[in-house]
Amino acid sequence: MTVTDKIAPKEEPMIRLEELTKKYRGQQLPAVDRVTMDMPRGEIVVLVGPSGCGKTTTMELINRLIEPSSGRIHLDGEDVTTADPDTLRRRIGYVIQQIGLFPHHTVAENIGTVPRLLGWNKTKIDGRVDELLDLVGLEPGVFRKRYPKELSGGQRQRIGVARALAADPPVMLMDEPFGAIDPITRDRLQNEFLRLQQTVRKTIVFVTHDIDEAIKLGDRIAILGERSRIAQYDTPANILSNPASTYVEDFIGAGASLKRLNLSLVGDVALDTGAVTARIDGTAAEARDRLAKSERSALLLLDGQGRPQRWVDAADLERADGDLHRAGQPVSALVESAATLSYALNEMLTSNAGVALVVDGDGGFQGLLDFETVMVATRSVQRDSSEFYRAAKVAG
Amino acid sequence: MVTTASRVPHELEFEAKRAPRGRWTLRQWLGMPLFLAVVGTALYAWVSAQELDSIEQRTLNAGELTKRVIEHLQLAAVSTVIVIAVAVPLGILATRRSARFVAPVVLVLGNLGQAIPSLGLITLVVLLAGVGFESVVFGLVAYSALPILRNTMVGLQQVDQTLVKSARGMGMSPMQTLLRIELPLAVPVVLAGIRTALILNIGTATLATFFGVQALGYVIFQGIQLDRTPVLIVGAVLASGLALLVDWLAAAVEELLTPRGL
Repeated sequence: MTVTDKIAPKEEPMIRLEELTKKYRGQQLPAVDRVTMDMPRGEIVVLVGPSGCGKTTTMELINRLIEPSSGRIHLDGEDVTTADPDTLRRRIGYVIQQIGLFPHHTVAENIGTVPRLLGWNKTKIDGRVDELLDLVGLEPGVFRKRYPKELSGGQRQRIGVARALAADPPVMLMDEPFGAIDPITRDRLQNEFLRLQQTVRKTIVFVTHDIDEAIKLGDRIAILGERSRIAQYDTPANILSNPASTYVEDFIGAGASLKRLNLSLVGDVALDTGAVTARIDGTAAEARDRLAKSERSALLLLDGQGRPQRWVDAADLERADGDLHRAGQPVSALVESAATLSYALNEMLTSNAGVALVVDGDGGFQGLLDFETVMVATRSVQRDSSEFYRAAKVAG
Repeated sequence: MVTTASRVPHELEFEAKRAPRGRWTLRQWLGMPLFLAVVGTALYAWVSAQELDSIEQRTLNAGELTKRVIEHLQLAAVSTVIVIAVAVPLGILATRRSARFVAPVVLVLGNLGQAIPSLGLITLVVLLAGVGFESVVFGLVAYSALPILRNTMVGLQQVDQTLVKSARGMGMSPMQTLLRIELPLAVPVVLAGIRTALILNIGTATLATFFGVQALGYVIFQGIQLDRTPVLIVGAVLASGLALLVDWLAAAVEELLTPRGL
């Protein structure tokens, strides 16, 4: 370590792998071949690659569940290549795909596993368990005494994360933690996970084979090839915009442009704010008048709080005898400005509306988003993306 | 639909049901003791109604029978305690990665012990060590080691390896993983092996009468030798009833010791 490194500790990565290699006895080629990478503090680094590329092995080299054949591992500036593995692992949170909750331990005992190993007293452990249950959104009074088999898949997953966070380790290793969960729950857990990370700011090494998950969760993505060789290690936006090789391109797949929509927010693009609106508890005559004066063919009815209620056209207003609450048709494709363009596009397609209605956190109408705007945004993401993607990730 | 987290319906998943506290029903708890009480009372009533001759009276009195039962239980208990103390650690050792080579050796010995007919096995031991309590116990231990050995190994091997990986990954030492995770999860299977061994010992202990230990087998043998049907029946019913009672007790212990959550 040089003197400048000590002066600028912020520069120092939380995890540094140097020429890390694992060669199994009796095998010609190493399973992990000279991996060198820096993982910055407080970031989610996703290791992604096809099955059998050695990404899980690489992760297990970090907490030395697998002992490296050669190379060094540095954790927080300290060389831990030969440190006592049990002590080392108590400093590193660990979540595996099967989650591995102990079936004969209650939720509280499961979460308290590492604190107990570290010799915390009971009061401190109990306090920490309740704090963590709150953090992952499970009512401590309800869940503390439950056994894993009394939990749903999503609840187990949350307990698994809480258990990994128990002793407040600076680093977490997560091996496909959402792999065995249905898509709807998985999406929700991913969003929760990102929000949680906003609070806890851990350095997280995350293994997945799903490039979409990698793009959604990663601050940085390492696309791994055979023997865990790094094909590209960069931010999601850069990988999508400038794949380093045909291998990376192939791995990202055909939908790179669509995937980019995951990286920008509705709130970041220029909305159409010229929509004609009227109060739904107003009169039909007034609405008719407004519509006639504009160049639009339909008018949006808002409630007292400015929330979109119904679309009406001129014919609907003719038919409406005073009461506008039943005129036209109810609105669809409502998206918040914090949603991703990908989500908005999906809403527009499924609701068959052609436009999405953008609302703020309280549901108040902000403007319209149409296909063309989304298309323009896709191109601009390509040009300058790093800021967009950071903001997008937070919202999920 | 609006996308902020607070608006997403929070629990789409079905709430898992809470598991009931115990697994045994009232019938399981009370059935066997009631049955044995009925059989015991019937036997007592039947024997009381008989005109017993002096030979029968010498065997069929409370003091004498109690001694026989106690001797029988002592044999079974001592041999079972010893076999647990020997076979469980061996079974654990045989499943440790560093001592895997022990497994085949241990299993061959266990198989040998059980394959030889129990009477022959105890005879061999007695030929080598002479008659008496210790020799019979030794024979019983050799005979009943296999079920405990095998169940300990199977019980540990069937523990989900992801749990072991999870425990090690969180910083448990191999010993902590064994004591806190592997053994508790293997308990039901190990206990089933112990129960089998105990029943084997209770049954085989009747043979001890041929080697100078007067357990319940002595009563049965007297009945046969002296051609006294009441003695024979009392001996047989007591031996069977004792086996059933001990089996029920062992099952109850299994129920109580199996960790919750399994």
